[in-house]
Parts: sequence; C-alpha cells; structure tokens
Amino acid sequence: MDLKLDHHSKDGIEIVDVEGEIDVYTAPRLRELLIELVNNRFYQLVVNMEKVEFLDSTGLGVLVGGLKRVRAHDGSLDLVCTQERILKIFRITGLTKVFGIHDTVDEAIAARRAEK
Amino acid sequence: MATVELSFTALPAHVRTARLVATAVARRSGVDESLLDEVRLAVGEACSRAVEGHQLYCPAEPVRLALTDLAGRFEVEVTDTCAPDARSPANAAGGRSPGPAVGVPAGLGIAVIEGLADEVQISETAAGTSIRMSWPSAGAHR
Repeated sequence: MDLKLDHHSKDGIEIVDVEGEIDVYTAPRLRELLIELVNNRFYQLVVNMEKVEFLDSTGLGVLVGGLKRVRAHDGSLDLVCTQERILKIFRITGLTKVFGIHDTVDEAIAARRAEK
Repeated sequence: MATVELSFTALPAHVRTARLVATAVARRSGVDESLLDEVRLAVGEACSRAVEGHQLYCPAEPVRLALTDLAGRFEVEVTDTCAPDARSPANAAGGRSPGPAVGVPAGLGIAVIEGLADEVQISETAAGTSIRMSWPSAGAHR
C-alpha cells in the first residue's frame, strides 16, 4: 500500500495521520509535509502511526528531521504507535529515548499539556 | 544457484517490490511467520542502501537480489555494483551530495540490518558491496 497523509488540529496541536508504508520511495512526501507544517508555524506535532504498515530507516530519518525542525522553535514531535512491528525499529535504533511514544492521540496531547 | 533471483533498476519505487518478493520466498522457504517482518525490513534496508548508492554513482546498473532456500536457512544477498573506486564525491551523478537523500544518519540502515538478521556478512569487493543475511527456516520447499 502507498502512503496516505492527512492532518488536522486538535487542542492546539497538529495531528498528522499517516497510513501505509514509509520507505525510501514514500518518505520524501512525509518529509515535505512536516517541513510545510513547520513553515506554517505548526510547532507542536503528533504523528499518528497507528495505520503505518511499514517503516524503515529512511522514515526514521524523516521523523528525526521533523523533530529537529520543531525543536528549533521550542516545539515538539510526539508519536502515537502501539504496533510491535513498528516499535521494534525504534527500539533497535535507540530512538525510543528520543521520541515520546504514546498509545493514543489523546494520551500524546495530555502528555504534551502536562509538560507545558 | 539461488532459489529466486531479482535484478531491478535502481529506483526507490522498486524497493517495495523487492521486499514483497523476499517476504513471499521466505514464507515459502519455511521461515517462521514471526520472522517475516524482520526479513521484509532487513531486505528493504539493504535494497534502499544499494539504490541510493547506484543513483549517485552508477544509475544505469541494476541492483541484484538473490534469495536462497538452503537446508534449514533462508539466505538473502543484496549486491550493488558500485565499485569502491567509483565512490568519490567527484563521481556523484548530477553533482548530488553523496549523503543519504532524506537525512538518514549514515550507517543507520546497516545498524537496523544487523539488529534484524540472524546472521549478517558485509563484503566489499572491487565490483561493489554485497550484504548477505540469513534466518533459520524449515527448508522444506525448493
């Protein structure tokens, strides 16, 4: 399956819904969206990966790049993911320590609010 | 001789095809269902790495994937034909930077492969780089 991207605001945080496969072919589209959001001054992001079927290191690179961009504006990029197959790649690369990874979008928003 | 061999143009769009073929052959070779995601991801990483190298230094050359059902092992070999001598910034196609296309830290793909495959062997020859990975299998089908 190809990559489907959508985004909407919730409680002042921009939620990015990702569906499908994030790989060397599709990752540039996610990168472009994250750059576009930052350029439009959305600095609090939650990337919902519950419908992601595949994620490789290219996708990880895009998420790390997005995190770097929002942090440059004192922002945040949290992830929503409960799928073991996707979480495994975050664990292998040690990126579980870099991203806030939550079970639901509401939980990610609440965690962000609690940090403010 | 490999059970299945695949040769594809060095384009990111074909990496998905390579993943799908590798997963299908692994399943048929008796690799446990719980390992198929690892095979899929490791093969994708190796192919992505090869495609990026080819796009920079030898875009006309195909990437090769060999899938072999051995006795009790499923082996995957991804071979690029970018000779180490050709990998200098001066040879980069279209003046592109030799860095990864979308900001992946160098070596992350290899780190992922090493974290996923049961056994990994990376060899550089005068002809290019080969990544050989394997997983246990039932080895019942050829």
